[in-house]
Amino acid sequence: MTQAVEITSEIVAEHGLTEDEYKIILDRLGRSPNLTELGIFSVMWSEHCSYKSSRRHLGKFLTSGKRVIQGPGENAGVIDIDDGDAIIFKMESHNHPSYIEPYQGAATGVGGIMRDVFTMGARPIALMNALRFGEPSHPKTKSLVDGVVAGIGGYGNCVGVPTVGGETNFHKGYNGNILVNAMCVGLARTDNVFYSAAKGVGNPIFYVGSKTGRDGIHGATMASAEFDDDSDEKRPTVQVGDPFTEKLLIEACMELMATDAIIAIQDMGAAGLTSSSIEMADKGGVGVELNLDDVPQREDGMTAYEMMLSESQERMLMVIQPGKEQLAFDIFEKWELDVAQIGSTTDTGRLVLNHGGKIVCDIPIAPLADDAPNYDRPHIATPKRDEINADNIALSDLNKAVLDIMGSPDIASRRWIWEQYDRHVMTDTVDSSQSGGDAAIVRIHGTNKAVAITTDVTPRYCEADPYEGGKQCVAETWRNLTCVGADPIAITDCLNFGNPERPEIMGQFVGCIEGMNEACRAFDYPVVSGNVSLYNETNGQAIPPTPAVGGVGLIPDLDFYTTLAGAKKGDALLLIGETTGWIGSSLYLREIANMETGAPPPVDLEQEKKHGDYVRRLIRDRRVHAAHDCSDGGLMVAATEMALAADLGLNIQRPADSCAISGWYFGEDQARYLLAVDANSVNPILSTADSLGIKAQQIGTFGGNNLTSNDGLNIELSKVRTTYEAWFPKLMS
Amino acid sequence: MKTAVIVFPASNCDRDAAMALEKVTGRKAEMIWHRETEIPSDIDFVVIPGGFSYGDYLRCGAIASRSPIVKDIVAKAEKGLPVAGFCNGFQILAETGLLPGALMRNKGLKFVCRPERLTIANGNSRYTSAYGNTKEVVFPVAHHDGNYYADDKTLNILEKEGRVIFKYADNPNGSARDIAGICNDHGNVFGMMPHPERAIDPLHGGTDGLTFFKSIIESI
Repeated sequence: MTQAVEITSEIVAEHGLTEDEYKIILDRLGRSPNLTELGIFSVMWSEHCSYKSSRRHLGKFLTSGKRVIQGPGENAGVIDIDDGDAIIFKMESHNHPSYIEPYQGAATGVGGIMRDVFTMGARPIALMNALRFGEPSHPKTKSLVDGVVAGIGGYGNCVGVPTVGGETNFHKGYNGNILVNAMCVGLARTDNVFYSAAKGVGNPIFYVGSKTGRDGIHGATMASAEFDDDSDEKRPTVQVGDPFTEKLLIEACMELMATDAIIAIQDMGAAGLTSSSIEMADKGGVGVELNLDDVPQREDGMTAYEMMLSESQERMLMVIQPGKEQLAFDIFEKWELDVAQIGSTTDTGRLVLNHGGKIVCDIPIAPLADDAPNYDRPHIATPKRDEINADNIALSDLNKAVLDIMGSPDIASRRWIWEQYDRHVMTDTVDSSQSGGDAAIVRIHGTNKAVAITTDVTPRYCEADPYEGGKQCVAETWRNLTCVGADPIAITDCLNFGNPERPEIMGQFVGCIEGMNEACRAFDYPVVSGNVSLYNETNGQAIPPTPAVGGVGLIPDLDFYTTLAGAKKGDALLLIGETTGWIGSSLYLREIANMETGAPPPVDLEQEKKHGDYVRRLIRDRRVHAAHDCSDGGLMVAATEMALAADLGLNIQRPADSCAISGWYFGEDQARYLLAVDANSVNPILSTADSLGIKAQQIGTFGGNNLTSNDGLNIELSKVRTTYEAWFPKLMS
Repeated sequence: MKTAVIVFPASNCDRDAAMALEKVTGRKAEMIWHRETEIPSDIDFVVIPGGFSYGDYLRCGAIASRSPIVKDIVAKAEKGLPVAGFCNGFQILAETGLLPGALMRNKGLKFVCRPERLTIANGNSRYTSAYGNTKEVVFPVAHHDGNYYADDKTLNILEKEGRVIFKYADNPNGSARDIAGICNDHGNVFGMMPHPERAIDPLHGGTDGLTFFKSIIESI
C-alpha cells in the first residue's frame, strides 16, 4: 500500500521537509522515496532528532573533564564518582505533548528520560523536574499544573524512583507553551556501562517491551513545529504511558545487563523504531534488516509507515550476542514482557525493511545521519538593557514587601506539588524538596557518599541578556551544589527556546549557549548530555529563553554536608559576597514594583569560583549549620527561607554603609551565600575570608519567633509561613 | 530467625523492606518471587512490601491478593505465621480478607507523601511491644489509596479488641477514626499504609521503624 502513494510536494511539506531537504533525499537515493522512506527521512531530519538548527552551536560546549566517562552523543552522560561507581544522567523536554495532554505528556516525559538512563546500564535513583507554566490567572494554568504534577507523580511513584526536587515558575510568557523538563539520575558500575553502537554482522536484533500501536505517530515532527489555535487537534500524537511496563523493563534490562548478552541497546524514544535502529546502525557502521511482521503489534493492519513512526512507549531495541538469544528470551518472559527477534545486523550499510513478503524500504543509513541538515541560522544579539539604580526604586513598607514576595508565585511553597511525589522510596533520599533546599541529596546505596542534584535557570535574566543569563544558570546550579557541600561535577541541559528561524530567537539561543559555555569552562563543569526544544511558540509568541540546567555533584562523605535547614538559636547569619544592590531584572522589581526591566546582574565567574570554594571548605570543616545561596528575591528571601526551615526567628542588621535599602534586601547580586554558623566561628571565618579577598560580614542572628531588622522589619515567622504556604493551595482550590 | 519479602513485578519497596529486616535480624531476608507457590516452612516472618504489585490498574492489591503465593500466605497466616503488609502490602492483605476493611482513594484525591506522626494506639501488640513508654512515632506515608474504611460494627470491634495499633495524629487520607495500622484477631497479621522501613536510619530523619521491626522479631 505504501508504495502506491505518489509523493507530491504537499506530502513533502506535510512531513515538515523543505524543498531543498527533499532534493537532498532524491539525490542520495537516486530515485523518489516511497511513503515509508519519506516518513523515515522526515523524522530523522526533524529538528527534534537532527538538531539541525542547534548542532553547530552545541559543539562549542565544554564536554570533557577528568570525571567524564561519556559526554553528549549517547542516550545520557556518564560521570565517574569513584570506587567504580558511575552516575548516568540527562534532562529532556516534553513540552509540546504536556501542553496538549498534561497528564500523559508529563508522565511519558518521565518514562522517556528514565529509559535514556537505564538503557546505559544505570538503575534510576532520582528524578527531578523543571516546570514552567503561564501566569496563575490564565484559564489553562490550573488544569495544566494539576495534570502535569499528577502525571509526573503517577509515573515516578509507580516505577518506584523518588522524585527529589525541581523548580516551578509562572510567567505569562508560557501561557501558550508550558515547559515540562524531566531529569533522571541513575547509578551504574563504571565497567558495566552500555552503549548504542551496533556491532558485527548477522547479530540478532531484539525488540522488547510494549507492543507497537498507532500512538504518537509524528510526535517528533509535532515537537518541531509551532502551535496555533488548532493545536488541540494534535492530541492523537501524544503517547500514553504505562509505568508498570516501564518497571518491568527496568528490572528485566538490569537482569540481562548482569550477563554478557547485550552488544548494544537503545530505547525507542522520539521517532521510535526508526531512530533507534538507525542510530544504532549508524554509530556502529553497520546495516540493519528488520522484518516488520515480527514486531509485536497492538493493532491489526498497521502499515510499515505506522510501525516505523509510532512512538508507543516502553520499548527497547537491542543487539544480542549470538548464542545468547535463549537467555534473553527467558529473562524477558520471566518479566512477562513482549519480546521478539525482529531482524539482524548486516554489512550493507542500509536500512532494509521487509513487510508482508515485500521490501518496503531500502535506503542507505549514512545520509540519514550524516547528511541531516545543519543550518547556520541567522542570529541577532539581544539589545542590551539599561542598568537600573536601586536608589530610584522605593521600598516603603518592608513588612509588606517581605510578605508579598514570600507569597508570590515564584517563591511561595511548592508543598502542594512535592507532596504528590514519592520522595523516599529506595530509602536513600537524604534531602529533597521537603526542605526547600538548594539541591537534593541522594545517598549512593550501601555507601556513605551521595550525589547532590539540582535544576535551575532564571528565564528573566536570559531574556534581558542571554549571555549573562546563560552564565547565571550554570553558576546558580554550581552554587546550589556547593551549598550542600558537594563538589560540582557536570551538567545536563534542556534548551527551551522559540522558533529558531527568527533571528532574534536564534540570537537568544546563541547568546545563552555562549554564556553557559563560559561558565562551564570557568568551573571545569562540563555538559555531558542534554536536549534542545525549539519552536516553543504559539501564534508567533515565543517563550522566554529557558535553558534549564541540571547539575550533579558528589558529596564524598555524608558526615559533611549541609542543607537549608539547621540554623540554631544564637547562630550568626553570615553573608558571603558583594552586595551592590543590583535590582535590574530582579524578582522584586517584577513582583513588587511591577517592572520587568533593567539589565540582569552580571556574573563574575572568578568571584563565583572563589566564594563557592570557600563555602565548600567551611562546610567540610564543619563550620556551617545551614547554607543557602542568594538568588530570586535576594538575601531577604534567602534569609527568610533559612528561618522558615529552622523554624527560628531572625534579627537582621543592615550595615550602615550599605547600598540603597531596596537593593540591599532584594537585589540579586550574584556569587553570594548566606551561612548560619556558631557565634564562636564568626571571627575566624571572617578573617580567613578577608585574607582570601572575599567580602564577608555578619548580617544577622537567629533566635526568637519573629523576623526583625534595624529597618523596622518585624513580622511573626508564623505569619510569614502562613503566607508562604497559602499561595499554592489557593491557586489550586 | 528467617524473614522473607514477597516480590511482585512492580513491588518497589521490596529492597527497602529487606534492608530493614537485615538491619534488625542481622540476616538477609529471602526474596520470594510472586510466581512461587509456597512460603518455605522455615520462614518466621513475611513482609508484603509497598509498590504497585501488578500495576494496580484494577483495584490496588486486588490481583495480587489472588496470586498463588498470597494464597499460601493466607493459609500459613491463618495458622499463626506473622505477616506484615505496608502500603500496597496492606491493600493486598485487606483484599485477601486477612485484615478487615478496605483502602479507598485518599480523601484529597491526590497522592500524598510526607512524614506522618502516628500515635501508638496499642503498645502491647506484637508489633509495638518494644516501644516502651513511647507514645508517638514518625513514619513517612506515600500513597494514593490509603483511606481506610470499614463499617461501624467492624471499627468498634477493632477498637474494643485493641486491634487498632497506630492512629494518625494528622489524618492525611480521610481514614475512618484516624486508623493507620491494624492487626487481625490473633495479632499475627498486621497492615498499615505508612512505611516503617523508611525510618531506620538517622539520615531518613528518624529511626522509629527499627523499634517496630524489633517488636515483631522479638515476639517470635
